[in-house]
Amino acid sequence: MIALIDYGAGNLTSVRKAFAAVDAPLASPLVPDDLREASALIVPGVGHFGATRSLEGAWRAAIEERLANGALLLGICLGMQWLFAGSTEAPDVPGLGRLAGRCDRLDDLGGMLKVPHVGWNALSMTRPSRLLEGVPDGTYVYFTHSYAAPVSGDTAATTEHGRVFASVVESGPLMGVQFHPEKSGDAGLTILRNFVRLAERRPC
Amino acid sequence: MLAKRIIACLDVRDGHVVKGVQFEELRSAGDPAALARRYNVEGIDELVILDVTATLERRRALAQTVGAVARELFIPLTVGGGIRGEADAAAAIEHGADKVSLNTAALTDPSLITLLAARYGSQAVIVAIDAKREGSGFAVYARSGTSAAARDAVEWAREAADRGAGEILLTSIDRDGTKAGFDCEITSQVAQAVPIPVIASGGAGTYEHFVDVFTEGCADAALAASIFHFAEHSVRGLKEHLREHAIPVRL
Repeated sequence: MIALIDYGAGNLTSVRKAFAAVDAPLASPLVPDDLREASALIVPGVGHFGATRSLEGAWRAAIEERLANGALLLGICLGMQWLFAGSTEAPDVPGLGRLAGRCDRLDDLGGMLKVPHVGWNALSMTRPSRLLEGVPDGTYVYFTHSYAAPVSGDTAATTEHGRVFASVVESGPLMGVQFHPEKSGDAGLTILRNFVRLAERRPC
Repeated sequence: MLAKRIIACLDVRDGHVVKGVQFEELRSAGDPAALARRYNVEGIDELVILDVTATLERRRALAQTVGAVARELFIPLTVGGGIRGEADAAAAIEHGADKVSLNTAALTDPSLITLLAARYGSQAVIVAIDAKREGSGFAVYARSGTSAAARDAVEWAREAADRGAGEILLTSIDRDGTKAGFDCEITSQVAQAVPIPVIASGGAGTYEHFVDVFTEGCADAALAASIFHFAEHSVRGLKEHLREHAIPVRL
């Protein structure tokens, strides 16, 4: 069972529709206890990093418990940023802290660029990734965000807008995408299919 | 590099795609879901479904059309026309819209922009501005271009961005449906006045018009309807043309 964690950060209709299109309907846990059966977790989210405050406490504990028991996690957009230590957007709100570094605002280069970064931009692959299998280097995906994660050893792909940032991360069971695979056409669906396949292959 | 976006607009009335010349004389162009499918195959970056008569006839956006398109297409989808308040926006988003486009409602009650941005995020809120040349400036019109809003387009775009809008959809009423080219002057004025993306609309007739609006007009995205509907030009052909002119596109 793949669980979509709705913590109130934005509309999840598109995420549900996209997973349904790759034959993986998502469960909707109402309380953290509902995660017990999940082999994979989706942490979505758009908007302000402060919204992840709702994950503090019982949800965070339940997510950590699942990860300790072999579950996979896919963070989308704000959900990916949450995997890091935190963000300058809401300095007092801790992230999950499983990936090193903090998210920071994109630079508009003195008005040369628009921030938010909205639209289709290219993925530059930095190393082989299970999540990106079948997605060619240079593939365009759809972004909408103002803050971004630093590039590190956990980065599987980068994208450039003002600076080079981590657009895909993968570290053991933790995966994250800064863009919206549910809005990135065929490439996005390939990525979701890859995640579903990995989730189904977990040991019993 | 961030690609310039090509957005197809489906002006929908009574479940059919129509397209008017300067907002009048609507002519039929077909089934919205079928057209959306074709555009997606051709590589359109985004879709806008606009209920062109909704504001005038006080109807809500076409939930059924939106649902049919959202079920099979996985690119950003905006719904506009007849979004009068929070309930209309919620209905559009529940049916699969990623963004809602506010026009008359935002002019009537600008706090709606902030309210929806707080609820769904700024990325979900587009403020559509219909502008007409008046003297040396550009005046904003409401109610599908029929009533003067007594506002300057550049100043209104700034306020919309300050209030939380994620993008501006700027339509030149003078150029709409004429195929005489985008109004690059108003587009660049607005694009340079706000920190958020500006989508240019109204007047697309040739591939070269898109080159103009992405260079001279400083647009982040360009929207067109009739140029694509009647198969005179293809999305792919347009993108190839843009790439030949060193404009970044998703191909």
